[in-house]
Amino acid sequence: MKQVLAKADAGCATSNFLAAALGRLPGAGLVPHIRARAFEAYERAGLPHRRMEVWRYTDLRALIGEVLPLAPRPDAAALARAKASVRRVAVDQAVKLVLVDGIFAPELSDLGELENELHVQSLRELLENSATGAMAGLVLSTTDDAVISLNAAMASDGLVISIAEGNTIRRPIQIVQVATGSSVSAFTRSYLQLDKGAHATVVQSFISAEGASGYQANDVLIALAGDEASLSHIRVAADAADAVNISSGIIAVGTKAKLDLFSMTCSGSINRYQGFVTLGGEESKLSANGVNLIKDKLHADTTIVVDHAVPHCTSRQKFRAVVDDCGRSVFQGRIVVRPVAQKTDASLSTRALLLSDQAEADNKPQLEISADDVTCGHGATSGALDGNLVFYLRARGLSEKDAQMLLIKAFIGESIEEIFADNLRDFVTAQAEHWLQERQ
Amino acid sequence: MTLLEIRDLHVGVDSREIIRGLDLMVNAGEVHAIMGPNGSGKSTLSHVIAGKPGYEVTGGQILFRGEDLLEMEPNERAAKGVFLAFQYPVEIPGVTTMNFLRTALNAQRKARGRGEFSTPEFLKKVREVAESLNIPRDMLKRGVNVGFSGGEKKRNEILQMALFEPSLCILDEIDSGLDIDALRIVASGINGLRSPERAMIVITHYQRLLHYIVPDYVHVMSKGRVVKSGGKELALELEACGYGQFETAA
Repeated sequence: MKQVLAKADAGCATSNFLAAALGRLPGAGLVPHIRARAFEAYERAGLPHRRMEVWRYTDLRALIGEVLPLAPRPDAAALARAKASVRRVAVDQAVKLVLVDGIFAPELSDLGELENELHVQSLRELLENSATGAMAGLVLSTTDDAVISLNAAMASDGLVISIAEGNTIRRPIQIVQVATGSSVSAFTRSYLQLDKGAHATVVQSFISAEGASGYQANDVLIALAGDEASLSHIRVAADAADAVNISSGIIAVGTKAKLDLFSMTCSGSINRYQGFVTLGGEESKLSANGVNLIKDKLHADTTIVVDHAVPHCTSRQKFRAVVDDCGRSVFQGRIVVRPVAQKTDASLSTRALLLSDQAEADNKPQLEISADDVTCGHGATSGALDGNLVFYLRARGLSEKDAQMLLIKAFIGESIEEIFADNLRDFVTAQAEHWLQERQ
Repeated sequence: MTLLEIRDLHVGVDSREIIRGLDLMVNAGEVHAIMGPNGSGKSTLSHVIAGKPGYEVTGGQILFRGEDLLEMEPNERAAKGVFLAFQYPVEIPGVTTMNFLRTALNAQRKARGRGEFSTPEFLKKVREVAESLNIPRDMLKRGVNVGFSGGEKKRNEILQMALFEPSLCILDEIDSGLDIDALRIVASGINGLRSPERAMIVITHYQRLLHYIVPDYVHVMSKGRVVKSGGKELALELEACGYGQFETAA
């Protein structure tokens, strides 16, 4: 019998379900208490719905209705299926860390290849060690967002990664999150800390093993880029066609530090990525970019909130969506400039390409500026492919499909080209091209 | 040999008839100039030959080497050897000129049953032609026509014409927006491509272009028909007397 964690009507759950789940969730010392508090916060709010401005276009109560029961711990057969699918998305040269159905799978990960400067531990390990109580509180921290509270209550595993001062991690770190089950949910939470002057690239891939369907993933990544640190974070959500993926990133950026964020969603049924970036140190820089590739009935929402909390910071954002069939793309970009954040330089561009009459794109740029000496700008457009461009290419010998393909590639390329490292740009481009080929 | 044969062509846009019974016959090796006032249907004719969507052919035929051109997709027409140099070449951000040229050339070669060019072969060919047209290499690395001047855009059209080796070239107002130096370069590029196997249709308002590209035949279009045809001297007559006499004749 399917256990229901939250009901569509009230968006609330039966607390005894948490009590049942707690037995399976890791946590010593204060952790069960932190989980219970987080769950209460979730219960009070319920699943987000359209009357909440930040969830206006992605009404989880209407779209997913209920939260599915926790996935069972993967057995040998599930791990074998996961292994086969991980191979398909492996980034060249990357150190892989694999989570299967929300549980860290050391046997599928490259733990033997970690560079000395890279410290990795599983969330389960951290939470079960009662000596790390304060750290557990930090890693399980919540905001006023119900899906993040629910995640703190239910997180079964994740990765806790730290890089000490001044170290550069040469190889990309790739966290691959694989779902193997059906009609179950996985809650994962990872924590990433780059100390002063550290440099790293972290790729997060969400995929499904063959046969997985109708699952829900809820992931939270908390990251701190210390002063003068540089973090490249790329995430690609390529879930099963009927899966739900709700991911949140909470990232703080220190003085003179740099964050390059790129998010791509190319499959799934309901997808929301919400990134909350705080530029908390002067002269820090954010480059946030992304692409939503949408067909069938996929609903993909990318919501980015950038908080310019101090003066002299720069943020650049470029998002592109390609929407076909009955798909819907949502992009919400909120830029907050605090009263003290003078000399802020922020820009945001979001464009959507609609390939069918039923396709829909909602672009909502939102600037909240409380300082007077700033440069802020935004642009948002949506429209079909320009028929004159298509005809020009056809008159030069390209078939209609090839002409469209070339123009779509150029369109999303505007965002993908912002990825600095060649191999990662190629990785993202290859995944985008795969989507385009399948669309044909 | 007859390359292009247009018989009693009727074309409408939004139920308004633009071309009203046009006949034209073009043989290999010939250069035909089509002149006429604004709104006489010159550009519509070029678009219909190239296959631009949005026009309704309500009557007549266009045969290319005896085949029904109107049954073909625009890319099939290109592969058969029809080339339209656009009056307003479009800008395509994010697609470099070099990538565009290679993609288009290989698509045409594939459709003609010929192998793709190797990279060194392709580069050599592009660079040779670009040099002859005074096109700097830097321009080839930029997005197609992005930030190009009017003259650069037109030179880019001629570059493509040279690369794709079409048998029928339609030049739609290739002289518009060109200063006299740019006009000379473009015209000499076009003249260099004249050959016994290739035909050209030069569409223009002005006699000026025909000083540089000397046609074998001149046709005057008015209100969707060819109202007069003659040799190159007809252009001079038009320059002297204007189009007024033909508007009443049509």
